[in-house]
Amino acid sequence: MPLSSPHLLGLQGVPAEDIKLILDSATTFREVLERPIKKVPTLQGKTIVNLFFENSTRTRLSFELAQKRLSADTINFTTASSSTKKGETFKDTVKNIEAMKIDMIVVRHESAGVPHYLTKITRANIINAGDGRHEHPTQALLDMYSIKEKLGRIEGLKVCIVGDIAHSRVALSNIHGLITMGAEVSVCGPATMIPVGIESLGVKVYNNINKAIEEHDVLNVLRIQLERKAGTTFPTLREYHNYYGITAERLNEYNKDILILHPGPINRGVELSSEVADGPYQIILNQVTNGVAIRMAVLYLLGTRP
Amino acid sequence: MKILLKGVHLLNPEQKLDEIADVLISNGIIEKIGDIKESELQSENIYDFNGFYCVPGLFDMHVHLREPGREDEETVLTGCNAAASGGFTGVACMPNTSPAIDSAEVIKLIKEKAANHLVDVHPIGAVSVGRKGEGLAPIAELYEAGAVAFSDDGVSVKSAQLLRNALEYAGMFNAPIIEHCEDESMADGVMNESIVSTQLGLPPIPTVAEDLIVARDILIAEYTGQRVHIAHISAKKSVELVREAKARGVRVTAEVTPHHFTLTDENVKTYDSNFKMNPPLRSEEDVKAMHTGLKDGTIDCIASDHAPHSIEEKELEFIYAPNGILGLETELGLSISELVNKKVLSISDLIMKLSVNPRKILNIPVPLIKAGEKANLTIFDLQNIWTVDISKFKSKSKNSPFDKKLLTGKSVAVLNNGKMFYENEFVSLT
Ligand SMILES: [Zn+2]
Repeated sequence: MPLSSPHLLGLQGVPAEDIKLILDSATTFREVLERPIKKVPTLQGKTIVNLFFENSTRTRLSFELAQKRLSADTINFTTASSSTKKGETFKDTVKNIEAMKIDMIVVRHESAGVPHYLTKITRANIINAGDGRHEHPTQALLDMYSIKEKLGRIEGLKVCIVGDIAHSRVALSNIHGLITMGAEVSVCGPATMIPVGIESLGVKVYNNINKAIEEHDVLNVLRIQLERKAGTTFPTLREYHNYYGITAERLNEYNKDILILHPGPINRGVELSSEVADGPYQIILNQVTNGVAIRMAVLYLLGTRP
Repeated sequence: MKILLKGVHLLNPEQKLDEIADVLISNGIIEKIGDIKESELQSENIYDFNGFYCVPGLFDMHVHLREPGREDEETVLTGCNAAASGGFTGVACMPNTSPAIDSAEVIKLIKEKAANHLVDVHPIGAVSVGRKGEGLAPIAELYEAGAVAFSDDGVSVKSAQLLRNALEYAGMFNAPIIEHCEDESMADGVMNESIVSTQLGLPPIPTVAEDLIVARDILIAEYTGQRVHIAHISAKKSVELVREAKARGVRVTAEVTPHHFTLTDENVKTYDSNFKMNPPLRSEEDVKAMHTGLKDGTIDCIASDHAPHSIEEKELEFIYAPNGILGLETELGLSISELVNKKVLSISDLIMKLSVNPRKILNIPVPLIKAGEKANLTIFDLQNIWTVDISKFKSKSKNSPFDKKLLTGKSVAVLNNGKMFYENEFVSLT
């Protein structure tokens, strides 16, 4: 069974069978990554462009590595912000790149909706590598994969996403994906970081981190954007750490068995204490490795879709 | 030259006129109304408008003509052509041009460009120099040059004190201040704040950003006893604030755009920037409040906020695309389809909101349909079902979310200033 869509724009509306297919395929690729020769010829002859309008070295490297492992030809197009300011419109840029006969586009952009727009102006398969504060589906897929790898299942688990939910692209993808796969999902953060109407997506809202730790099997802890105007959505980093930071003391007191995920890069001493970041609860580096396998799976399934 | 409009349904609530008759027009002046023999005229000058309404020319008090400054998007001429095509004989144009309408020279330029056109153009002056919200623009000079109202549209008048002064100063001429209501500190978004913005991951603007300034403006208008007009009202609470203020005698009026009584934030789900406007499209509940407000008279008039933008700019990524859509050529059809046919407004109410009230707000005489008066008329077909086709728009721009939409009700002809626009052509009546 192929994926139901030629694009991966987000996890909203993606059926459970598709998510399951991606996670299962990732298991195969995860195994490839353990081999001495970590390369398969699956996407030989395919050309993929990584179109990054926003800097994100980690995500781009993960995609690039996944593409190389699948033997695809890769081009990187990275520009700090929209090229529009230089006179060439976004559409021109994309049309120019498409004229180079590419098969797939991996896109990262600070405006939500850009991947959707790309599907209207090009014929390539589109993979959303993060659009504004909307979705980042491969991150949520690798999070789900990592949870499943560690705990053996997703269904029935209680997962809480902690941090600036309103400005996060990771949160929304995780919410949609986890709910589809049968998890119970909550979010936790100061009220100023919880977007309007989030409950109607079927998630519970917590403002108290201790209670959230106590009542969940998994915490997915988001990175606090240090560049956000300090003092507007939360008073200080120190206060954030004191009231929402995940520390060993908190975990020991409220739930020693909880599993901690973090999409990286970590702000040590802000959302995670160093002790937790390096401690036994977390699987942060597994997530990074799994990220390559998940991206290989997505690229493979879209690239070979009939 | 004489022309005869046969069998039109004359309707002007201002005159309590509601009858079917023939209208004989001589050199652009109404000569006679009644049962008129065709024998005195050449056949080509007889228009069989049987079954069509004939009303005082429609007036849109909120359009952006983009001249001077962005003549690539619209000019006074193309904007006036779009107005005529949409059934309008008069418009008031907003001062967010480049340079802004903050000097008599700019008013003079616009008036010159509009001279001899069928459509009357009434400039709205800026409240502050360069619309920067600092010093007052030369309001007296602008008024004398022909400004009918004052506004910093695009943004609210920056401070309460500046608004107070503008209201009192413009009040000397009984000219209203027209307010784009949006608290700057809360308006750092691109769509309405709701579950939809949360789902789409687009930065939101809450309705309270609008309500706050509506409340501020009402309070200052009340305190000074002056007139404020709320432009493009879109939030339910704002309508309630205006309703309460009117009930206690505050001199406040309000307009709503066709898109705010037709579309909701659900439309943004396509990420099509033709659904990006400011104020943003709101919720279903807000749309209902617009209907209620129109029905009970809280909202005095319909105005399009006609905002032409180049394709290159409108095709940018959603967060970068400019706000606004075209309005003049779909306004009447949307009003009839969404309001008259859905029993929100009677035809007579509609004429109040599209012709009589906007002129009254701006102190412009309402055209009368009687012998001896200048023919300033819109003739429209209530039954005509047509499909919007942006490629046929007279406007220089094409940014409309209503392309391919089926509408009921369309302008047949407009007459004004000794000219007639009929079947896509301007003809002289003199
Ligand atoms: Zn405005």
